[in-house]
Amino acid sequence: MREKIIEAASLKKWFPLRTGFFSSLFKREIFVKAVDDISFDIYTGEIFGLAGESGSGKTTTGKLIIRLVDITDGKISFKGKDITALSESKFKPFRKKLQIIFQDPYESLNPRMTINDIISEPLFVHGISDEKEITKRLNAVLEDVKLTPPDEFLFRYPHELSGGQRQRVAVARAIILNPEFVVADEPVSMLDVSIRAEVLNVILELRKKYNVSFLFITHDLALARHLCDRIAIMYLGKIVEMGKADEVVANSMHPYTKALIKAVPVPDPTARRAEVVIKGEIPSPVNPPPGCHFHTRCPSYIGDVCRMKEPPLIEIDKNHYVACHLYGSK
Amino acid sequence: MSLLEVKDLTTYYKILRGYVRAVEGVTFNVKKREALGLAGESGCGKTTIALSLLRILPSNGMIAEGEIVLDGQSILKLNEDKMRKNVRWKKISLVFQGAMNAMNPVHQVGEQITESIRIHEPHVSKKEAHERAEKLFELVGIEPSRLSNYPFEFSGGMRQRAMIAMAIACNPQLLIADEPGTALDVIVQAQVMKLLSQLKDKLNMSMIMITHDLSLIADTCEKTAIMYAGHIVEFGDTVSVFKENLHPYTNGLISAFPSIEGEQMQIISIPGSPPDLLDPPSGCRFHPRCQYAMEICRKERPPLLDVGKDHFVACHLVKTEEEKR
Repeated sequence: MREKIIEAASLKKWFPLRTGFFSSLFKREIFVKAVDDISFDIYTGEIFGLAGESGSGKTTTGKLIIRLVDITDGKISFKGKDITALSESKFKPFRKKLQIIFQDPYESLNPRMTINDIISEPLFVHGISDEKEITKRLNAVLEDVKLTPPDEFLFRYPHELSGGQRQRVAVARAIILNPEFVVADEPVSMLDVSIRAEVLNVILELRKKYNVSFLFITHDLALARHLCDRIAIMYLGKIVEMGKADEVVANSMHPYTKALIKAVPVPDPTARRAEVVIKGEIPSPVNPPPGCHFHTRCPSYIGDVCRMKEPPLIEIDKNHYVACHLYGSK
Repeated sequence: MSLLEVKDLTTYYKILRGYVRAVEGVTFNVKKREALGLAGESGCGKTTIALSLLRILPSNGMIAEGEIVLDGQSILKLNEDKMRKNVRWKKISLVFQGAMNAMNPVHQVGEQITESIRIHEPHVSKKEAHERAEKLFELVGIEPSRLSNYPFEFSGGMRQRAMIAMAIACNPQLLIADEPGTALDVIVQAQVMKLLSQLKDKLNMSMIMITHDLSLIADTCEKTAIMYAGHIVEFGDTVSVFKENLHPYTNGLISAFPSIEGEQMQIISIPGSPPDLLDPPSGCRFHPRCQYAMEICRKERPPLLDVGKDHFVACHLVKTEEEKR
């Protein structure tokens, strides 16, 4: 049995919605339920994909796990240790182990810092100031992300680099502290197709070399399928389906996953065409539909039960979890 | 029968440091009722082509050379007045990139559509224009009563639909859609793409679809043109371009695209990054990244070569092989 590196149990993140002064006096508070009671585990050395449309809560989940946003309810364990309620100072050693790569390399790097300063800053934050050590680590990570020779990059500024190179700087910054778990939040969505693979291959190599585990957040199912070991599909703050990447894509069970996959166009003019199975757009997470959040758009709606009762995420097949009443009675 | 013929189109932007050679010597055509997909990475000149066709380049842009013939009429020779009255929106219209933000937030959506109808067809009364806008909304699948809404009351997909309604308001012969799917979620994207193809057939339009997403082109267009750094490197029937591509860049681009179907594959990248168009590489602009680059690639720009079956490639490799035969 492989070791679990992250265990997320009943995670919830409700953002209070700002309302007017009077309504805040008389009405109860309104929340955006960005993440609403989701549980999953990530194993050591695994790339776990989190896919879904915008506004489904993917990024919030990623930030929750490494405690970049405060959790409303639930429990997060890192290698068996509960890190949910640790104070900032007690949590600091864990920060080294839990890192994140942000979506947009054009905004996540400080334009006034050199590449050298950007990548070595985490070391200073964590009190590593021995110059020899810093140089050694810098050279090692630049090697890892294939920005070689290091001297050519260290004293340049972000604007002098291309998008792919910038994103690799962001990766280098995330891995210089030797993390064990990295959240990659849409790391290639801002990059051109021909250079995406550079960044993806760096991620794959890091896993191979250092056994780093990843939470890979993406809206691109085709990409998730090629990169991830397991994926979870989110819809309005809930996980609707979770399982092996191949399983979920090839034998998807939840009507939402099915629709999502059918809508993805295939880069082959002789293959099937993208199909539109469901109408409309994702509802607002402020007032999500009751029962199963998807019932308002569901092509396989089976009646009142969908409207009234929230389907639990249950194991239908081996390691294949689905939250849908279609499979509930089994 | 070609609706649009573009020959040797060259568009430059003047900036302080010199000329950005955004589009250089581009030749292609669009037949009636045909959809052409124009693909390439950011900064390769796709949008510049669209702006050149409508002659709405920013003030520092200029069409240095070339010919654009629409329906037998050379539109580069028209004066600005005729261009505005007869061509823009009536013959060619454009769905702008980021249509979500292309609408004026302080005017009702309906007003904006009727405005564009009445500017191009001044004889139409307000009432008629409103009725036409209602029909257009039905056509693109939005409740006509929502004409009186403001853009912020629309979702992303609806705004994109409203922009399409506005673009087809004056029955253009050619609709250019600039990145119609970007910034939309997959399901909404599929809805919008389906709408565009349906409209194309229903209204007998031709379409140019500009996108960086090859899978959208494979899904909806009959013809494909692949651009790299301001040049068209491969042009032809979509099936041949995807299946029997001859240019190393096309090949690399297609292998870099993960598919949701078929075997799991390794995603391959093209080493290096696109060039700076202020000072583009000599000869074939792809040669610094090309694994097959030869001496001649550095010196001469390869011509667009007809390889049969409506398929054109600009590559010395293909040319030398052809000559050997």
